[in-house]
Amino acid sequence: MGWVGIQGKGENILEIENLSVEVGGREVLHDVNLSVMSGYTNVLFGPNGSGKSTLLMTIMGFGGYKVTKGRIMFQGEDITHKNVAERAQMGIGLMMQRPPNLVGVQLGTLVKTMTKGRVKPDALAKELDLTNFLTRDVNVGFSGGEIKRSELLQLTAQNPCFVMLDEPESGVDIVSIDKVGTKVHDLLVGTSCAGKMDRSGKASLVITHTGQILDYVNADRGYVMCKGTVACSGNPRELLHEIRTKGYDECISCNIRRRSPQPLKIEEA
Amino acid sequence: MSNNDQKRKAEAAKEKKATFGEDIELQKFGQGRKDIAEEKNLENLSEEDRKTLLNVGVIPSEEGRAGSFLLMDNSVVHQRQMASGVEVMNLQGALKVHDWLKPYSWNAVAPDADKYTSRTFLEDADGYFIHALPGQKIVNPVQTCLMLKSKETAQTVHNIIIVDEGAEMEVVTGCSTSKHVDKALHLGISEFYIKKNAKLTFTMIHNWAENIGVRPRTVVKMEEGATFINNYVSMKPVKTIQTYPTAFMDGANGVCSFNTVAVAHPGSEMDMGSRVMLNAPNCKAEIVSRTITTGGVMIARGRMVGAASNVKGHLECKGLILNEKGVQLAIPELEARVADVEMTHEAAVGKIAQDQVEYLMSRGLTEDEAVGIIVRGFLDVGIRGLPPQLKAEIDETMEQINLAKM
Repeated sequence: MGWVGIQGKGENILEIENLSVEVGGREVLHDVNLSVMSGYTNVLFGPNGSGKSTLLMTIMGFGGYKVTKGRIMFQGEDITHKNVAERAQMGIGLMMQRPPNLVGVQLGTLVKTMTKGRVKPDALAKELDLTNFLTRDVNVGFSGGEIKRSELLQLTAQNPCFVMLDEPESGVDIVSIDKVGTKVHDLLVGTSCAGKMDRSGKASLVITHTGQILDYVNADRGYVMCKGTVACSGNPRELLHEIRTKGYDECISCNIRRRSPQPLKIEEA
Repeated sequence: MSNNDQKRKAEAAKEKKATFGEDIELQKFGQGRKDIAEEKNLENLSEEDRKTLLNVGVIPSEEGRAGSFLLMDNSVVHQRQMASGVEVMNLQGALKVHDWLKPYSWNAVAPDADKYTSRTFLEDADGYFIHALPGQKIVNPVQTCLMLKSKETAQTVHNIIIVDEGAEMEVVTGCSTSKHVDKALHLGISEFYIKKNAKLTFTMIHNWAENIGVRPRTVVKMEEGATFINNYVSMKPVKTIQTYPTAFMDGANGVCSFNTVAVAHPGSEMDMGSRVMLNAPNCKAEIVSRTITTGGVMIARGRMVGAASNVKGHLECKGLILNEKGVQLAIPELEARVADVEMTHEAAVGKIAQDQVEYLMSRGLTEDEAVGIIVRGFLDVGIRGLPPQLKAEIDETMEQINLAKM
C-alpha cells in the first residue's frame, strides 16, 4: 500500500469487510470490501441498481438494510450493530437521495434541534438560497434540487467527520450547481468536525454519475460498484474517463485495476 | 315552543341515552355548587387556581383580553367586560336584561336531545353570554374558564355566543379541573349564532383529569357569508369525553373549519367528532383532526353533508398509535344530497413512520428526540391557525407529556 499519512491523513476511518446485505429478503450487496482513509475524498461510481445507495444507507445503519455477513468498522470500532443515532453521534453523516417528508417539522427547527441551538440556520440558508425554506416543512413539496440544498444545509450544520453524499449534483439547476459545489467543497475540506477524530481532517464517500462534482472537490480515490459489489478501484479521474469512453462493462472487466483494498491496521495515536 | 313544552320534553328525556359514548349514571353525581364567592379580581384567586387558569390559556391579569368569564362548579365567580362593542356576562343575567335573547336559548340545542341536555335544561344552568355587536371587530380575545372544583358533582353549563352582522370576535375557553377533584362530570351546552358576514374564532382547551367525564353539546348556526373557525385541544388524561359539535351552514358563501388535536392516555376514552351541514350554495368546510393514543381509546368521527350546489368540503382524520394497547378508530363520513358538490376525505391510522425517525436519527437525534419532534409536528398541523400565545402554552403541554415514556 503506497498511501502516505500526511497531516493526520492515513488512518482508515472506515473499513468495510466482506459485507453482505439483504433488503426485503433479497441479498443486494455481496462481499463488499472497501476502506476510506481519513482526510481522503472517495468517489463511488457504478450503473443504476448496482448497490451504491444501499451501501451508504447500510453504513448509516437504516433499519431496512440487514447485514447478513461481514462487518463495518468506524474509527476502529465495530459499528455493524449500532443504531443510526449512535453512528451519527460518532461522526457519520449522509446526504440522502430521497429523504422522507417531515410534515409539521420546519427546516429551521430541525437545524436548531439537531445542533442543540449551536448553529443559527439563517446564514447557512442564505448561502444556499434557502432562506424562505427555513419555515417550510422539511422536504414537503421540495424539488429535487431543493432537497439537495436542504440536505447540504443540514449536513453542514451537523458537520460530520465522515461525509456520505448520494449524488449531490443530481437535479440541481445550472445556476445553483456552483453554490452546491462550493458548499460541498467547504464541507469536505473543513478540518474540524464533530466526532472523535476532529484533528484528522474529513473523509468522504461520494456517489456521482456525471462526475460534475469532481470540478469542486479534489477526489483521491475512486471505486466502481457493479452487481452489488466493489468491482474495481483506482484514480477517480481515470476511472471516470474510462466509464465515459467505454461504459461500465470495460471498467468492470478490467482486471489490472481489480484489487480489493486491504484494510490497514489502525495505529493508536 | 313554550317553556312548558320544552320542560315536559326534557323531563321525558331524563334517562335518554346518547347515541355515542359510554352511558354515565347521572344520579351518582350531585348538583354543582352555586355558592362559591364572587371574585372581582382574578389575581386574588389562590395560586393553584391561577395556575389552572394559565394552563388553559386564561390570563389572570386579563391583559390583552376583551373580557373574562369564570365559572367554578355552577357558580359564576367572575365576569368582566373590558372592550367596547362586546357584551360578556352570565347567561341567566343576560336573559333577564335582554328580552330579545330568549328565542336563542335552547334553540340550536334541543333540551331533550339526551339525558345530558335534559339535566342541564332542568337545572336552569348558567354559563356565559358573549355578544359581539353589529359591525364590531373585537381585537382582543374574550377568555372564559369552566372549572370543576368539587368531587362527585356534575357541573352543568349553558353558553350562548352571538356574533352580530359583520362583527368579528375570538373566544378562548379553557375547561379544567382543580387538583384535588377526583371524580366529577362536566355537561356543557353551547349555542353559537354567527350572523351575516360575521366571524367567530373559537378555541377550546380541555385540561381535565383521570376520573372526569365530559359531555359537551355544541351547535353552531351560520348565516350568509359567516365564518366559523373552531380549534379544539385536549392533551391531558380524562376518563371519558364524547363530543360531536355540529355547524349548520344555512347561508350561502359560508366558511367553516374544525381543527382537533387530542391525546388519549391510558384509561381515557375519547369519542370526538365534528359535523358540518353544508345547506347553502358555495359553502366551504374543512374538518382536520390529529390524534394520538398512548394507550387509550381514540375515536375520530367526521361527517359532512353537502345539500346545496357548489359546496366544497374536505375531511381529514389522522391518528398515531404510540402504544400497543391504544386504539384508533377513524370514521369519516361524506354525504352528498345534490350532484353539484365536491367533498373528499383522507383518513390514516398507524404508527410513526420508521424512515422518518431514522432520518432524524441520522442527524444525531436520539430515537426519543426524533419521535418527539415528529409527534409535535404531527399535532402542529392541526393547530396552525392558533393564536401564538396559546400555541406556546400547548407546546409546553407537549413537553410535559414526555413522549419518551410512552
